[in-house]
Amino acid sequence: MPTLKIDEKEVTVPPGTTLIRAAKELGIEIPYYCWHPGLSVAGNCRMCLVEVDKMPKPQISCHIQCQDGMVVRTQSETVKKLREHVLEFLLVNHPLDCPVCDQAGECGLQDYYMKHGLYDSRLNENKVKKGQKAVPIGPTVMLDNERCILCSRCVRFTDEISKSHEFGIFNRGDHSEIGLYPGEELNNKYSGNVVDICPVGALTDRDFRFKCRVWYLKKTESICPGCARGCNITIETSHDRPTGVENERVMRLKPRFNDEVNDWWICDSGRYGYHSIDQNRILTPLVREGTAAAKESNWKDALKQACVSFQNLMAQNKEQIAILLSPMMTNEEIYLAHKLFVETLQLSRVLLLGVHPNGDQDDLLIRSDKHPNRMGAEWLGLIEGKEVTQKLVSEIEKGLIQGLFLFGQDIVSQFQSERLNGALNQMRLSLFIGSNYNQTVSSARMILPGASYAEKDGTFTNFEGRVQRIRKALFPLGESRSELEIIQSFAAQLGLDLPSQTSEDIFLELAGSVPKFRGMTYDTIGHEGVRPA
Amino acid sequence: MIKTKVVSEPPLNFWERIYLPEVFRGLWITSKHFFRNFFLHLAHAFGLLRHLKAGVTIEYPEQTYILPKRSRTRHRLTHRPDGSPRCVACMMCETVCPARCIAIVAEEHPDPNIEKKPKSFDIDLGKCVFCGFCVEACPEDAIRMDTKIVNTAAYSRPAMKLDLNELLNPTSSS
Ligand code: SF4
Ligand code: SF4
Ligand code: SF4
Ligand code: SF4
Repeated sequence: MPTLKIDEKEVTVPPGTTLIRAAKELGIEIPYYCWHPGLSVAGNCRMCLVEVDKMPKPQISCHIQCQDGMVVRTQSETVKKLREHVLEFLLVNHPLDCPVCDQAGECGLQDYYMKHGLYDSRLNENKVKKGQKAVPIGPTVMLDNERCILCSRCVRFTDEISKSHEFGIFNRGDHSEIGLYPGEELNNKYSGNVVDICPVGALTDRDFRFKCRVWYLKKTESICPGCARGCNITIETSHDRPTGVENERVMRLKPRFNDEVNDWWICDSGRYGYHSIDQNRILTPLVREGTAAAKESNWKDALKQACVSFQNLMAQNKEQIAILLSPMMTNEEIYLAHKLFVETLQLSRVLLLGVHPNGDQDDLLIRSDKHPNRMGAEWLGLIEGKEVTQKLVSEIEKGLIQGLFLFGQDIVSQFQSERLNGALNQMRLSLFIGSNYNQTVSSARMILPGASYAEKDGTFTNFEGRVQRIRKALFPLGESRSELEIIQSFAAQLGLDLPSQTSEDIFLELAGSVPKFRGMTYDTIGHEGVRPA
Repeated sequence: MIKTKVVSEPPLNFWERIYLPEVFRGLWITSKHFFRNFFLHLAHAFGLLRHLKAGVTIEYPEQTYILPKRSRTRHRLTHRPDGSPRCVACMMCETVCPARCIAIVAEEHPDPNIEKKPKSFDIDLGKCVFCGFCVEACPEDAIRMDTKIVNTAAYSRPAMKLDLNELLNPTSSS
């Protein structure tokens, strides 16, 4: 194990560690553009030059490996001058159009200029103009060649991570420019990530373009609900000033580093799947008589009506009531619903049903199961069975089920059945609790607006058994309420003694009683999540 | 670090605290000015004492005050040669504005060499403190406060808002 000294601080690292990583470990910041911890070393930006004793010239710290007895200086006058000059060089052909550049505010050039530059430019020559500005190179990404500093991160990403090989650097010297191979389009399943790794504004997100300046964004850590992987994300919102999109509060999603789950990346369907948080939302409780259009109602009346029907059904025959919980629900919601319907009300037909069909899967992130919390539901004792579901569906169609609770599942489009449609309509109580409109909402007798995953706290358990937290980034839209609140107020309406708890309280209770969750708290889950001990 | 200087208010002395003497002192100052101006204006009317200046009231709105060259008045947005706004919706002004009275929404400009332009640009004069920071911050010389329009009063709060069109054509009365 080599032991070396960086800026007078001693550190011992495993053999093969590069200097830049060793310095990071010591908390010493070395600036870099082309290096990325998740990609191979290119060593072309020269920002990370440091002085190493006994070496005649400055060395790039992203490439050079730690040796025993090395003495490294990262803050000497020479190094400072070098950084300044490298930066000046990188900016030789740069247009400096920060006012119109979406990267401004999170741009490597801006940040390092303030930290390591602050020189007066000596360039009198004309800048070499490269290509056109603002060229869409795929459905998600916009390229501005003038701003590119040729770090080659995007090339390496498409070569090494997405393995789709679209990017290349063309021409030579001053005229080098980034581009796609002829006939290519940047449309792989991970294309959005090149925007994140591009240290400058050369690659920008078409979806986010000009909607909002980045410094206005409020960031909340969360988990992508798009599949069983549970990629760590940041939900970036803006809701106190006008933005480029009316009636949308979420501006973009960004991946959040977690080396146990998704590293630095997320897939495009997760990244751009946030529109359902603000679009097509159910805003008030709705009540439907027969096949007529649903009428807007309020929480008090709707809950009362639901409870009266429910109690009648309970008094008649419990077997005609079915509760369908969903693997889209958080652990807390499933636990609470289970506690109410199974333990307290003694219903026998409380089933798990996920309606998203299995999709594609790959070796990087995407999982075929498109539900974020199937594992959690399993741990809580709910396993989905195809036959049970089929049996239930045919019973619903025959009218044997008179009370049905759906937690967001669009069963009408899932089972493609006209009879199901009619049955929901005829049922004495078909209650849909969910956030967005769908076909099932158009036939259910009663609809209670639930919160989206960005509007509540809770935990999901990913397919590897990692429990991770989602956090409330926004208030529920319109009159919608979190599912926990809905379950609690329903219980209160029934006159049951279900204490009103926050999701954290419920999680603590759950962790105390369900073995898989033993010992977990919101604090121990923290930012990265935990797996059972 | 911001340097702060702690200033303590001087305590009131006995005569100030018993109130009445201060009231009479105030009346004395007011009457002094009144009678001085009264006397001097009379004298000026007869062509006397012209070298002594008397207080002036400008009879607004019939008369208007001649503003100093650099005074900050109602905002305007400048134009490109083709008449479109110079503003590229960078939101520097909105960001720097201490009163948070600017609200800009950006959109794509058809010319990729300009790239960005304001879709809407609102300034709420009801909140503006006329500090001029927006003008300082603008990298494009797109916003100026040199219209010499000072009559910004209106009958309602919404009417105090200037939109893109009014800012581009500042002659329209607010
Ligand atoms: S890439 Fe950075 S420095 Fe260049 S124009 Fe954009 S924000 Fe400015
Ligand atoms: S487009 Fe961005 S990531 Fe790609 S080489 Fe240029 S600066 Fe680097
Ligand atoms: S003058 Fe000051 S307060 Fe008024 S809009 Fe400009 S920055 Fe804001
Ligand atoms: S600072 Fe200038 S260019 Fe930027 S938004 Fe304001 S007026 Fe427009």
